Amino acid sequence: MSIQTTFHAGLLDAAQPVPEGLTDGEGRPAGRRYSVYRNNVAVSLREALTTGFPVTRKLIGEQNFDHVAGLYLRAHPPSDPRLMLYGAGFPNFLASLSALSHIGYLADVARLELAIRHSYHAADGNPIDGNALAHLGPDQLMALRLSLAPSARVLRSPWPVLSIWQFTQDASVGKPKAGSQDVLITRPAFDPQPQLLPTGGATFISALATMPLGEAAEAALRSAPDFDPSATLGLLLAGRALEMPSC
Amino acid sequence: MFDTTMRRLPNGPGVGYKPQHYSALIADPAPVTWLEIHAENYMGDGGRPLAQLRALSERFPISVHGVGLSIGGEGPLDPDHLARLKTLCDWLNPASFSEHLAWSTHDSAFLNDLLPLPYTDATLSRICAHIDQVQETLGREMLLENPSSYLAFSESTWAEPDFLREIARRTGCGLLLDVNNVFVSATNLGFRPQDYTAAFPLDQVGEIHLGGHDEDLDDHGAPLLIDSHGREVADPVWSLLDITLMASGPRPVLIEWDTDVPDWPTLSAEAVRAHRALQKVLA
Repeated sequence: MSIQTTFHAGLLDAAQPVPEGLTDGEGRPAGRRYSVYRNNVAVSLREALTTGFPVTRKLIGEQNFDHVAGLYLRAHPPSDPRLMLYGAGFPNFLASLSALSHIGYLADVARLELAIRHSYHAADGNPIDGNALAHLGPDQLMALRLSLAPSARVLRSPWPVLSIWQFTQDASVGKPKAGSQDVLITRPAFDPQPQLLPTGGATFISALATMPLGEAAEAALRSAPDFDPSATLGLLLAGRALEMPSC
Repeated sequence: MFDTTMRRLPNGPGVGYKPQHYSALIADPAPVTWLEIHAENYMGDGGRPLAQLRALSERFPISVHGVGLSIGGEGPLDPDHLARLKTLCDWLNPASFSEHLAWSTHDSAFLNDLLPLPYTDATLSRICAHIDQVQETLGREMLLENPSSYLAFSESTWAEPDFLREIARRTGCGLLLDVNNVFVSATNLGFRPQDYTAAFPLDQVGEIHLGGHDEDLDDHGAPLLIDSHGREVADPVWSLLDITLMASGPRPVLIEWDTDVPDWPTLSAEAVRAHRALQKVLA
C-alpha cells in the first residue's frame, strides 16, 4: 500500500496504528506527532459542520453535536475542497441515527440551515424588480412565464420547522405550535431570508417552473381553495426571487 | 509563456482577508497594502463573498492562496477543482497565486489539512508534473509554500530547501517562504531555523508568510509546535524574519490569522510590526 493510503486510513480511524516510516527529528517513531494530523482533520471538519449547522447544534447541545459530527466526518469526509458545501448529507445522516429519532424535526431544521447556506452562495442571477410587473394587464400577467432566482429555495416540512428555527435562536418569539410549515428562502440582498409560505404557496412556486403564472395559480387553488396568488407573488418579488426566463 | 504584465504584490505588509474586517479595510487599511484570500472560500457561485472580493480587488492587489489542490497527492489533480481555480483567477486576475508543498485529498476524500510528504525523487517528479499542469492551465506562474512539519519520513533523501530549489528550477515556479513554518519545523525536527533560511533559494521567494503557533509536547517531553494561525506571531519568528529580509531584501510579507480571528486593531498591529521589519531593509 502507498504511504498516502496508510497515512489517510489512520487519520480517520484512531484504532489504526501510526503508519511506519514516520519519525521525529532523531529517528525515533513519530508516535503522537502523527496525532497532530489526526486532530487537525477531525477538528477542522467538525468546525465546518459547526459553522454550517449552528441551530441544529443548539437543539441537541454541543457535546451531542460534536459526537454526531465526529461520526459523520469519519463516514462521509468531504468529496470537494469547497467546505462551504460540506454537510449536504448531514440532515439525512441525522435522520438515520436511532439515538436522535425522538427529535423528529431535527433533520428538517438541518435541511433549513443547509438551504439557507446554499442560498447565500448561489449565483446572483437577474431578478426582476418588485414593480416590473405593475404595467402588465391581467391577461398579460396570467400568461407570463417566470422562473425562480438561483438563490430562492422552498422547503416543505411536516413540522413547524421555521418556528423551531426561530425559537431556538430567540425564545421571545414564542413556542412553536404543532403543524406543518412550508418555508420560502429568498435573498433580497446578500442575507437569505426564510419566511413562512401560506397554504398553496409551495405548490404555486413549483408550478411556476413549468407553466404560466395563471395556470400555476389555478394549480395552487385546486390544492388550497383559499390561496391568494398575489400574496405569494408579492413575497417572491420583494425577495428578488423571480427572473424572466432567458429564452 | 506566462502573462508578465500582471500586477505584482507590493513589498509591503499584507493580511489574510477575513469578512469581519471588510469595513475597517475600506475605511483605513494602513499599513496594509495588499490582501490574501483562500481560493476555496471564493468558489461559490455568487452572493456576498464574490461581491466583497470584487470591491476589494478594485482597491488592493490580491493574492489567491489555494489550500485544496493537493499538489503532493499520489493521484492526479482534481480536474474540476483546477477548472474552478482557473475560473477564479481569470475573473480576478490576482497579483499572485500560491499553493502548498503538501497533499490533502486521497481517493476523492478531502481531508482539509496540509499533509506531509517524503522528499524523494519519486515525489519530486510527481510534484513537478502537477505544478507544470497548474501553471499551464492557469497560464500564470505559481508560488509553492514550505510546510510546517510535525514528523519526518525515514525514506526522505532530500533536505527540504534543496527539494524546493529543485522544484523551482524544474518548473519555473516561485516559492513562498513561511518563516513561522520554518521555525515550527526547526523546533519539531531539531535543526537551526537560520540554517534553513540560509540554504533556501531566497531569489525565488515571491512572498513571505508569518503566523502564530501553539506549543505542545511530544511523547518524549520535547517541544512540539503546532501551526495554528490563532495568535500573535512569536518573537523568535520576528527575529527570523529580520534575518531573512536582510538576506533576501524586501518582499511582500503576510500576516496569517485564521482561527480565533482578532479585531482589526490587533491584526493591524501585527501588520505594523511587519511594516517596521520591512522599513529596516528598505532604509
